[in-house]
Amino acid sequence: MTVPLLSIDGLTKAYPGVVANDHVSLEIQEGEVHALLGENGAGKSTLVKMIYGLVKPDSGQMRLRGRPFAPPEPRAARADGIAMVFQHFSLFDALNVAENIALGMEDPPPMRDLASRIRAVSETYGLPLDPFRTVGDLSAGERQRVEIIRCLLQDPKLLIMDEPTSVLTPQEVRILFETLRKLRDEGTSILYISHKLEEIRALCDHATILRLGKNVGECVPSETTAAEMAEMMVGSALQAPERGRRAFGEIALDVTGLSVASPSAFGTPLRNVHLAVRKGEVLGIGGVAGNGQDELLAVLSGELPAEPDAIRLNGVAVGHLGPTERRRLGLLAAPEERLGHAAAPDMSLTENALLTGSVRENLERNGFIRWDAARAFAQRIIEAFDVRTPGPDNAARSLSGGNLQKFVIGREVLQNPEVLVVNQPTWGVDASAAAAIRQAILDLAAGGAAVVCISQDLDELMEISDTFAALNEGRLSAPRPVEGLTVEEIGLLMGGAHGMEVAHV
Amino acid sequence: MIALEKRPQPSQVWSVATPVIAVLATMVFGGILFAVLGKNPVEAIRTIFWEPLFGEHSFYYRPQLLVKGAPLVLIAIGLSLGFRAGIWNIGAEGQYIMGAIVGAGVGLAFYPMEAWFIFPLMVIAGALGGWVWAMIPAVLKVRFGTNEILVSLMLVYVAEQLLASMSLGLLKNPEGYGFPGSRNLQQYPSAHNADLIEGSGMHWGVVAAMIAVIFAYVLLNRHMRGFHIRLAGEAPRAARFAGVSPPRLILFCMGLSGALAGLAGLFEVSGPSGQISIDFNVGYGFTAIIVAFLGRLHPFGILLAGLLMALTYIGGDIAQSQMGLPAAAIQVFQGMLLFFLLAFDLLTNYRIRIGKAGVA
Repeated sequence: MTVPLLSIDGLTKAYPGVVANDHVSLEIQEGEVHALLGENGAGKSTLVKMIYGLVKPDSGQMRLRGRPFAPPEPRAARADGIAMVFQHFSLFDALNVAENIALGMEDPPPMRDLASRIRAVSETYGLPLDPFRTVGDLSAGERQRVEIIRCLLQDPKLLIMDEPTSVLTPQEVRILFETLRKLRDEGTSILYISHKLEEIRALCDHATILRLGKNVGECVPSETTAAEMAEMMVGSALQAPERGRRAFGEIALDVTGLSVASPSAFGTPLRNVHLAVRKGEVLGIGGVAGNGQDELLAVLSGELPAEPDAIRLNGVAVGHLGPTERRRLGLLAAPEERLGHAAAPDMSLTENALLTGSVRENLERNGFIRWDAARAFAQRIIEAFDVRTPGPDNAARSLSGGNLQKFVIGREVLQNPEVLVVNQPTWGVDASAAAAIRQAILDLAAGGAAVVCISQDLDELMEISDTFAALNEGRLSAPRPVEGLTVEEIGLLMGGAHGMEVAHV
Repeated sequence: MIALEKRPQPSQVWSVATPVIAVLATMVFGGILFAVLGKNPVEAIRTIFWEPLFGEHSFYYRPQLLVKGAPLVLIAIGLSLGFRAGIWNIGAEGQYIMGAIVGAGVGLAFYPMEAWFIFPLMVIAGALGGWVWAMIPAVLKVRFGTNEILVSLMLVYVAEQLLASMSLGLLKNPEGYGFPGSRNLQQYPSAHNADLIEGSGMHWGVVAAMIAVIFAYVLLNRHMRGFHIRLAGEAPRAARFAGVSPPRLILFCMGLSGALAGLAGLFEVSGPSGQISIDFNVGYGFTAIIVAFLGRLHPFGILLAGLLMALTYIGGDIAQSQMGLPAAAIQVFQGMLLFFLLAFDLLTNYRIRIGKAGVA
């Protein structure tokens, strides 16, 4: 066997209160796609940050082609041929593609040369991209291409990709995989980070599985079933949520011809959105990030005003009402961003319970706050949703992502909504918390509430929703029953491949 | 290696302890400063902190504490509500002037009539004057998105010009032998904001400051409006999600802080100062910003900070006249107080770790 490209031995990194990586070891061979698999919080990001020189390990060592390797900063890692595509893009909206790429280079060539090199690389790998387009106008998939091309221009030996498919449609995923396979065949190793098992089985040659910061197994994905890998990843067999049988009632939420401008400069305006959700129904809304999800949640929660008749709740026009009035009528929402939007980070859980619960839970009288009642409500949420915290007086930011998300969802569910709108309910949440949240949503629908679930996780939508629609550039496709819907069809509803093409092999 | 580490929760102990430690550190380093200037540091610190309260002439200085502290507290309470919500009214000095001009103007309009309703009318007019002056930046911000910091600050200078114009023109005392300045309201009983107890320094402005402290405390801790103010300051998006309307919050906070600053101006012009004059304003509106932060934007904290600030002013004056300390040294001393307070404030949210972070 030849010397591996990168070997990692006993790498450990601790943060206050948590050991993110505990003696993690793995080997990446030349020209292989190596999967790093694990739940949210398993320590995948910390590990790749150490490889990329963003974080320094406390102990352990890395070897690159047999030589000791300890990059003090990303620049050193890049000089050694390591490139990384982050999950969250670091691009400037107001600059064009070539300018963005030049910004990340040590010694950028003249703009015209750079543009032609960008064109050449994008041709070769089937990633069409106009170097002179403004990044703010690009879709999420196209932005990812900018990041990938930025890496490819450095001619890397190891390309690290952190959850690259979370912003892509199924068709775009397939094209990305073609590109990655072509890169592998040319000798570039790829470290592919994901928690999506089917993707890993389709793409990767080898997989290392992390759980709670430790190595828990290795496998060859194509020879291992998804269930086996899931068990290694989670540590136990997960119980799939029970859907139960439910009958749909009358239409609870009726949106017709809804168009609103986005409040932010590079946001996506909603264009003529129609949807209807019946009592007991879960409508899943899929779509790639940045296609109007935030705007849809804001306009349904009441943060963005709309035409009165565009949104009707049980037949009453509510489009012009603010969040408080809509809550009074039974339309509740839980936004994607937990810290800073759904909850105030530095405030206690009691205060955060008051944040949306004041009206429906009678937590105020003549404008004066009933702190005892607010505290009791927070306590009820903590108990009913198994939120791990010492008590309701703790600050929201002291909770882990999964626990805070359970609190945020529980806060809305316990208010007995007529209609609940959630955006990314299990984003960045560990598997057991995610299962609990999905079950709570299904139970709520079983109790007769209408639910709109906006999510970028297609598996999640398939699991809990009865009908499916997709957002693409601010337009919502016609809702269709989930039963009988294929992944191919869903991909097309989400906008297909957004003008991508397969690599010219 | 020394590293700062964010605490999972703000420390209760440190949030109470830091102001005390800051005052002590100011005494130590202020003492060093005075020693370098060739003065006895213990004597200087004693003169500043002890003399006004318990010294030989404290019968004169103690009422001064209330007279100087009341406007600071009254203005700072109003400002703190806006600061809590992330609304930065820097122009309290202008609103203070406008409250004084409008309030005094109403009083002088009735001269020489004597009636019980004149002083209450002046109080209302004073609050209105400050309110209107604060509504200018507020409405501009809501309508056109202008920056309230710049607009409110600029309006201070407009107000100062107006003050000069008033003391030289419209409100000039017709019996004042041509000197600038209005009639003295202290000699007009119906408009005079006299001490409630003779010689105590306790005038209506002190009462108003106490009421404002209690009002702000109840608002912030017991009322939804106060909760929304805090929410808007800590997490603006969460506040909108909770149903807070940013324009209404801006109008409320700016208006209230303007009205309180206007009241402070009115109580000053009808009481301790007595008349509208070119140099009527002495910077209470700006000092109140320091007082608001020194009191950590907490109503009772502001009450204590206002009194402490008044104490260093009075004590500083005594130290200047008795020990010959330069005025600049006193200002440095006051600056140190704010500096140490903000510096130690860090410990509420962070802890210091010395040595390399070990493996947990």
